[in-house]
Amino acid sequence: MAIRVRVPTPLRRFTAGVDEVTAGGVSVRAVIEDLEQRHPGMRERLLDDKGELRRFVNIYLNGEDIRFLQQLDSKVKDGDDISIVPAIAGGR
Amino acid sequence: MSYVTNLKCRECGQEYPITPVHVCETCFGPLEVVYDYARIGKLLTRATIESRAKNLWRYRELLPVEGEPEMGPFSGFTPLLHARRLGAEVGLSKLYIKDDTVNHPTLSYKDRVVSVAITKAREFGFTTVSCASTGNLATAVAAHAARAGLRCYIFMPEGVESGKIVGSTIYGAQVITIRGNYDDVNRLCSEIADKYGWAFVNINLRPYYTEGAKTFGFEVAEQLGWRLPDHIVVPTAGGTILPKVAKAFKEFTQLGLVEGKFKIHCAQAAGSAPVIAALHKGTDLIVPVKPDTIAKSIAIGNPADGFYVLKAVRESGGWGEGASDAEIVDAIRLLARTEGIFAEPAGGTTLAVTLKLASAGRIKPDETVVVSITGNGYKTLEAVAGIIEQPVSIGARLAEFDALYERLPNGKRAVAGAA
Repeated sequence: MAIRVRVPTPLRRFTAGVDEVTAGGVSVRAVIEDLEQRHPGMRERLLDDKGELRRFVNIYLNGEDIRFLQQLDSKVKDGDDISIVPAIAGGR
Repeated sequence: MSYVTNLKCRECGQEYPITPVHVCETCFGPLEVVYDYARIGKLLTRATIESRAKNLWRYRELLPVEGEPEMGPFSGFTPLLHARRLGAEVGLSKLYIKDDTVNHPTLSYKDRVVSVAITKAREFGFTTVSCASTGNLATAVAAHAARAGLRCYIFMPEGVESGKIVGSTIYGAQVITIRGNYDDVNRLCSEIADKYGWAFVNINLRPYYTEGAKTFGFEVAEQLGWRLPDHIVVPTAGGTILPKVAKAFKEFTQLGLVEGKFKIHCAQAAGSAPVIAALHKGTDLIVPVKPDTIAKSIAIGNPADGFYVLKAVRESGGWGEGASDAEIVDAIRLLARTEGIFAEPAGGTTLAVTLKLASAGRIKPDETVVVSITGNGYKTLEAVAGIIEQPVSIGARLAEFDALYERLPNGKRAVAGAA
């Protein structure tokens, strides 16, 4: 399964500077595990030591914040888009 | 001459040089400007500040710019008004309005943060500035960019008030509306900032931009006669201004310019109140919501700095409430009717919440309370236009007016009754 993952600047040192990578998995959590295999170090940046999404990380599945879906257990399928975006932005 | 030393992650403490970055590479935490307070403390006095021009740069040592500031020569130093008529009506004798409805040049508190951000964008050598906005920021960025001679791209969600679209386009900015809500716009802009290398005032310039919000707090303290209010009520959307007002009060205290304690309270529209929900539940975890309120300027369901709003409120012993759309409109009318100030719905929200805090006994009748009015109602006419009384139409004949005056509820009978 190929899922497109957009990588923000702070994580690109794990992807040799590439801003979009592919990964596989049936859930967002599984995709993160696969990213960790392909680009070691990414998981720790995204998840805290309890395995939950870090406070300042937002993950969007096909444009929808996964906190409005089933969080890290949100189901993904071939061709889906995942965006990792730092939460710190904005202000009216 | 700058007193800024570096940027520092608020979460893990990692330090970064002064560059256009806003997120910690290690933990994604927000970066914040660090100042050399020891040096500032040696030279910044009340008298120095009072001797300067009445704009936000009178506190320049506590703002993150290098040279002589060029933007915003008339921004900031808005009125702090003792609202006696409003106070009498609601039973608060020391009620003050900090009135950013008349900030220059675009009538909202955003003229403060954008003055700093555009000054910084020029220092960094950017030629294009941009922002994700619900409207007020858009107009401020467009106007300041025009004055600075910079290219400007504005991104807003579809459905913001027309005054904010017209009020951005008129300055020559390219306005792009996004099919989605503010949080969608914000996500897209994070990706655009990453790809195009533009100065997004509220993304990659965010550490500098947010510092501008402190000037709202500095002014309140100075205008109260160099003291802190017992209470200040601040609206919360993305969570920029509230923690920065608290920071302003703390910096003034640390520098010996003021003393005393304050409580800072958070106001949100009930239809977009993720911070209030977390505050009332006693948790740090902010669950995002899909906003649904007439208070579009504060309709942010996924607040970036919500966590720091909670922290500032709790540290000060403050509280917060949500206000329904009906309560917001009532408060807009009350403020307009008693003090002659026409606030946007965010201001209605803040006043409505102030009244709730007072009736709950959290604000006592003789305590000093400042209501933060951050935007102007003339930009958001749609929010109240359908609700207020329509004008009465007559022909241009005195007899028609005489007849009308007889029957108007606030006409002849009301005057006779009063006499």
